[in-house]
Amino acid sequence: MSSETQQILTTDGIPLSVSLKKAERKNKIKAFLLVVPLLLFLIITYILPIGDMFMRSIDDKMVTNMLPKTFTAMEKWDGKEMPPEEVFAGFYSDFKILVQNKEHGKLAQRLNKEKNGFNSIIKKLFRQVQRNKIDEGQSIKEQIMKVHKRWRDVEYWQAIKRTAPPYTTAKYLKGMDMYYGPDGNIMQVEEDRRIHRILWLRTLEIAFFVTLFSFLMGYPIAHLLATLPMKYSNLLMICVLLPFWTSLLVRTASWMILLQQQGIVNDFFVMIGLVADDNRPEMMYNKVGTYVAMTQILLPFMVLPLYSVMKTISPSLMRAGKSLGGTPFIAFWKIYFPLTIPGIGAGCLLVFILAIGYYITPALVGGASGTLISNQIAYHMKTTLDWSFASAMGLMLLTGVLVVYWVYNKLVGVDNIKLG
Amino acid sequence: MSKNQEFVKFDKVDKSYDGKVLVVKDLNLDIAEGEFITMLGPSGSGKTTCLMMLAGFETPTNGEIYLDANPISNIPPHKRGIGMVFQNYALFPHMTVYENLAFPLKVRKISKDDIDKKVDKALSMVSLSGFENRMPAQLSGGQQQRVAVARALVFDPAVVLMDEPLGALDKNLRESMQYEIKHIHESIGVTVIYVTHDQSEALTMSNRIAVFNDGKVQQLSSPDKLYEEPVNSFVAEFIGENNTFGGEVVDLSNGSCKVKLSHGEILANPISVKSKGERTTVSIRPERALINPENKMDNNHAGTIEEVIYHGDHTRVRLNLLGNSEFILKVPNSSKNLDIKLGNKINIGWNSQDARALDPK
Repeated sequence: MSSETQQILTTDGIPLSVSLKKAERKNKIKAFLLVVPLLLFLIITYILPIGDMFMRSIDDKMVTNMLPKTFTAMEKWDGKEMPPEEVFAGFYSDFKILVQNKEHGKLAQRLNKEKNGFNSIIKKLFRQVQRNKIDEGQSIKEQIMKVHKRWRDVEYWQAIKRTAPPYTTAKYLKGMDMYYGPDGNIMQVEEDRRIHRILWLRTLEIAFFVTLFSFLMGYPIAHLLATLPMKYSNLLMICVLLPFWTSLLVRTASWMILLQQQGIVNDFFVMIGLVADDNRPEMMYNKVGTYVAMTQILLPFMVLPLYSVMKTISPSLMRAGKSLGGTPFIAFWKIYFPLTIPGIGAGCLLVFILAIGYYITPALVGGASGTLISNQIAYHMKTTLDWSFASAMGLMLLTGVLVVYWVYNKLVGVDNIKLG
Repeated sequence: MSKNQEFVKFDKVDKSYDGKVLVVKDLNLDIAEGEFITMLGPSGSGKTTCLMMLAGFETPTNGEIYLDANPISNIPPHKRGIGMVFQNYALFPHMTVYENLAFPLKVRKISKDDIDKKVDKALSMVSLSGFENRMPAQLSGGQQQRVAVARALVFDPAVVLMDEPLGALDKNLRESMQYEIKHIHESIGVTVIYVTHDQSEALTMSNRIAVFNDGKVQQLSSPDKLYEEPVNSFVAEFIGENNTFGGEVVDLSNGSCKVKLSHGEILANPISVKSKGERTTVSIRPERALINPENKMDNNHAGTIEEVIYHGDHTRVRLNLLGNSEFILKVPNSSKNLDIKLGNKINIGWNSQDARALDPK
């Protein structure tokens, strides 16, 4: 077969495939040049920042760079007994340079994160070094061990050794409420301090229910949009899109007005006698507020893909189903519904992925029990300035989204997605 | 066993969508059991609306439709047991051919074995055995069409409706499908109500044709009668080719009338003219007018040839005759070499029996 195709020549005697390539080359180059700006844009604004985020999240070079001689000497240390004289000597010469550059404070801060108690003993050592109390002629090990009893504790040296590798996955463990124990194995934080796991689960839960609610509400709307006569469907389409065109903040703020305890919704409930005036339910600064506002805001992302798929389903299919003897329900369930699955998939995926990383709305109406992981990321970006932790959690979120996408692909097939 | 002559009965059916315009006006139509009846008409003439009312997708604004003597207006479509073939086939794209055909059987809770048998039989009827596992998108237009026909017949409905089922096929395929559908109808004897705007399709396939225009049945008769004996000028115009003369009746006697045209007079067969002085349109089929007739005919006029078009088996000749420059003749090519050349003057003759004086246009 292939030898046959190779033998096909053009009238000039050039093999056909060569001739074809030549003819296509110009177009290929043109097409490539057209996408180059977009490609560069994607690399600069997307690939590079994610790469940077990743490096930041695993970066742990600071101590590695501060204590080079210590770590070289520590290579021979088994990490069980007190370290030998060479380690102390190396540490002392590294520390002297740090003192000269006034960087010992940073070291104290970083090591204190690794193990509590470093702050004070490094300050003590600093004072001794500043006053030139350490005699380089004698055993440095003995002298440092005299500065504070913690310098005689092997656990503190183990902690220093743990900071030796330039990269660490500690931030990722922290995002899952875990940490490296003294002997390097992974430990769980105490149960009452496991805030991140709660946030992850809550994020998934809220994203799932927001997706479910917008599906339940969006499906009939999209169906109406696709089947109503033009003049009504246009009006309905504007009703769907109008909130979409309104600023996110304005919409969230209006939900705050509607949902607060003295707000319109509560007033209405009191008016129709659903709740007592002195017992108005809290619908904001909790999950309810997050559900309501996010569902409303994300609804168009469900409606539009559904609509675009439903629009292509010929009404004669339902008629055929009915004329063949299917009840309206069977015709819907066996014929219409399966044909809308690509739209359902696209809508659900879109809403779920948007919901999982939603930030402003839960920050404003979520209160303490309605905030999501993204709010935690923002908190570390802006308040604690722990960017590497924020990066780690951001990447974990991204991984989560990719996993969702993968599962979806396994279940429905990405080829079946129709975004419009 | 005598067949029910009123198996499907439209009784004074009116239909309006907007309350202002009647799409179907006072429709009375009886369809016999086992008949192949075609509703023929231009688009917007109400024929599809009639079909939709019968299928149950539209409700009559007034009047009643009976199926085997039972009024069906209040029966939902899925309980009517009427098979339907749609214009664009309406095969379920997410189901295989087998599943498409099994759908009407499954909803009727028929056992798996019987479903297999019936699907097999239906597929072999449309000569598509072996295509069970194909998806509709993997079939050609003609094959999809046949699956649609098989699906409409597989649950043994008493009536099958077909809404321009061949409209999307190319000419050759359309013709072979026409015969195929006709043969299926003959072999299983189901009542078929067929909608089309293609007159040749209607003439080929039907026992009877109902010509629709303007929401009304203009004529209901067998194909030959429809062609040979149109009752009004719309039917004459719509079915086949037709030469017309507009004029005024000046004499009416002994089953024949004299019509005065702008240039000259002709004799015609009075179909819908009742008295002298009426306006009328006289219709003559092209093949009924002869060149230089050997036998004496009671209409004989000279005309000038204005256009000659070669059509293979015949030649179309356009003449200017009695002030009508659109007078068409069809001359079989096997006939003796006549002097058909542009600009020649020739004699044309026809019998007054074939010139039908109908309602004025």
